[in-house]
Amino acid sequence: MSVQSNVEVHSEWGIVSARQAGRNLAKELGFGGVDQARFTTAISELARNIYLYAEQGEIIIETVENSRITGVQRGLKITARDRGPGIKSIREVMEDGYTTSGGLGAGLPGVKRLMDEFDIDSVTGEGTEITAIKWLR
Amino acid sequence: MADSYSFMQEQYTKILKTYLEEKNEIGLYQAQQFSKKVLENQISPEEVVSLHIEALEHFFPDLPQGARDSFDFLIEIMMGYGMAYREHQILRDKQKELESEINVAASMQQTFLPDEIPEMDTLDVGVISVPASKMSGDYYHFVKDDNDCIGVAIADIIGKGVPAALCMSMIKYAMDSLPEQRLQPGALLENLNRVVEQNVASNMFITMMYGSYDSRVHHFYYSGAGHEPGFYYNKAEDSFEELYAKGLVLGLNRDTQFREYHKKVEPGDFIVLLSDGVTECRTDDGFIEREEITRLIRQYSDLSAQEIVDNVFYQLEKLQGFRLRDDFSLIILRRKV
Ligand SMILES: Nc1ncnc2c1ncn2[C@@H]1O[C@H](COP(=O)(O)OP(=O)(O)O)[C@@H](O)[C@H]1O
Ligand SMILES: [Mg+2]
Repeated sequence: MSVQSNVEVHSEWGIVSARQAGRNLAKELGFGGVDQARFTTAISELARNIYLYAEQGEIIIETVENSRITGVQRGLKITARDRGPGIKSIREVMEDGYTTSGGLGAGLPGVKRLMDEFDIDSVTGEGTEITAIKWLR
Repeated sequence: MADSYSFMQEQYTKILKTYLEEKNEIGLYQAQQFSKKVLENQISPEEVVSLHIEALEHFFPDLPQGARDSFDFLIEIMMGYGMAYREHQILRDKQKELESEINVAASMQQTFLPDEIPEMDTLDVGVISVPASKMSGDYYHFVKDDNDCIGVAIADIIGKGVPAALCMSMIKYAMDSLPEQRLQPGALLENLNRVVEQNVASNMFITMMYGSYDSRVHHFYYSGAGHEPGFYYNKAEDSFEELYAKGLVLGLNRDTQFREYHKKVEPGDFIVLLSDGVTECRTDDGFIEREEITRLIRQYSDLSAQEIVDNVFYQLEKLQGFRLRDDFSLIILRRKV
């Protein structure tokens, strides 16, 4: 059974709640301290983008499973969804060093590196949906 | 990744234990060596904090909860460094990739330049062209026809590096496609000017000096397009004069006309063509004087044309602490006796 947590983001409080929800689930699932921090940082960056650029949206965190020969692999998936302005040039934004925050490795490319899987969909004028998964090692 | 982490964990615990027991410089030296290993194994900063807390918990099972919790805080603080660290690794790989691309482009560019300088009974020719970085914005070109007439061009694309090099490749093809005006410098520049004006971005300019030397009668005809003046050395008077040619830079105005100048060349006289990287040699005291260049040329004037340009380059390179600020090209054509 999958566990899910939805958090509305329209203020910095929302960012903190999303982090909290993510950390709780990561702990429960058995992620170590460093991976908890990485997962939470990814949530933080995505939630902050919603707050800054789309004003409001939601962060959904849920457990996911993947059957492998070695057994069932468990992980956590973040979905960050908003109906904001969308991202015009995704390719540019995914380039290292693009962020307005000065290119110190944070931002979306940083999130992608913190996670194991990363997917982004965005339509200008309609909104953005980013999903990312971190597997339990 | 996971393997190297647990291996590092073991090592870290061991050297930290030794240090805590003996508290001496050897232990700290081991830590310093370990920090290199951490980087080699691509362990990120937040993982180092985690190595530390795990080792501490091992040595001090009764570690106060507050101290333990403070490490979660520290891990969070280190996340920024961790992200910057991972980006750094990627950018480093990217830079290597770019560098090897530029190396390929630079060796391609070398093929645009003549691979040998013309050998003639009447003229002693010396050429040196050195880019400030990998790609050059200077260009030179020689053609020799059946009548022992030689055409020589020296050009400087305003700007440096890759954009200048791209522009230079265009100049090369444009020159190759205008063979018939070879001996008429003015007409050649007029044609070239139209090609540049039509094909090159309006913020790119090219200066050029083009000359043709008729070695049957020893006349030198030349025209210039905003190019750094060269020198003419008069052997009989043992004096240098400016080799100046009035004309607008290429690409500025479609209908520019270029005046043609003429010199009668006597035995031992020589023509010096250069790019502004030679005259705009910068030392800590500012630009060098043009006289400095003629002084150097005179100093080596007993040598062959090639040895003169090589030596002048060496001296000017040395003057600048072996760091060129601009592409450097120097050509000497000397009438043999
Ligand atoms: N949810 C979003 N909606 C609209 N634009 C976004 C969103 N997320 C990111 N962007 C755009 O992408 C750019 C890059 O984002 P990011 O990589 O997080 O770096 P930074 O936020 O530091 O600029 C932002 O400057 C913004 O223009
Ligand atoms: Mg951001």
